[in-house]
Amino acid sequence: MKLKLILFALVTLGLLSYGLYMALVVAPTEATMGDVQRIFYYHVPSAWTAFLCFLINALASIWYLVKRTERSDAIAVSSAEVGVVFCTIVLLTGPIWARPVWGIWWTWDARLTSTLVLWLIYVAYLMLRRFSASGRAPVIAAALAVFGFFDVPFVYLSIRIFRTQHPQPVIAGGEGSGLDPTMAKAFLWNMIAFTVYGLLVMWLRYRLELAERSVEEAHAEKSMQEGA
Amino acid sequence: MIKYMWAAYIVTWVVHLGYLGYLTARTGRVRREVEELKND
Repeated sequence: MKLKLILFALVTLGLLSYGLYMALVVAPTEATMGDVQRIFYYHVPSAWTAFLCFLINALASIWYLVKRTERSDAIAVSSAEVGVVFCTIVLLTGPIWARPVWGIWWTWDARLTSTLVLWLIYVAYLMLRRFSASGRAPVIAAALAVFGFFDVPFVYLSIRIFRTQHPQPVIAGGEGSGLDPTMAKAFLWNMIAFTVYGLLVMWLRYRLELAERSVEEAHAEKSMQEGA
Repeated sequence: MIKYMWAAYIVTWVVHLGYLGYLTARTGRVRREVEELKND
C-alpha cells in the first residue's frame, strides 16, 4: 500500500511539474491579455477538479442514503473537503485574474455568484459534519449534498444561459471558440495533472477518515470496557 | 500584469501545501492515538 502511494505521489508530482512548465514556458503568450492569461491553466483545471469532487460526493451520498455504508460516508466527507479546497482556489485565482483584465476584483454575475454559492453549500456541509452532535448528521448532510450538487451544472451552464462579465466558454463554446494547439496541449496536461492530484489527495483524506473512525471506535470500546 | 499571474500560481500552491500540511498533522495525531491505544 505504501509503495503504491509513493508511486502515485511521484507520478502526480511529475504531471504537475510538467504541467507548470507547459503553462509558464511552452504555452504562447495570449495576444490580448498577455501573461496574466496563464492563470487559465490553473483556474479552469481547479474548477473541473472541484466539480469532479462534488460529483463523487453526490454519488457517495446517494449510495450512503440507500445502503448506509461507512465507506460511502467516508468517501462523501473526503471528496467534499477536497472539493472545497479546489473551489477555494477557483474563488481566489478568479478575482486575481479579473482585476487586471476587467478592472474589478469581483462582480455579482451568474457565474461568479453561483460559484460562491457552491462553495458555501459545501462549507455548510462540512460544518454540519464537524459540529453537529446529532447522530442523524450523516443522513442530513448526505441529503444536503444531493441537493447541493444541482448547483454544479448551474455553475457550468451559467455562462451559456446568462449574459455574464465572465467570458463565454473557450472549449466547446460554439463558433469562434477554441484554443491555439499549444495552449490546448498545456491546458489538457494541467487538466490531467490536477485531476490526478485531486484523486491522490482524496485518497489520502479517505484513508485518514477511516483511520480516525477506527480510533474513535477503539476509544468508545475502551470506555465501555472500563465502565463495565 | 505578470505580478497577478505569479500571485495566482503562488496562492494556488500555498492553499494546496497548507491543506497537505493540515492532513499530515491530522495523520500524525491519529498515529499517536493508535500508539497510545496499543500501549494501554
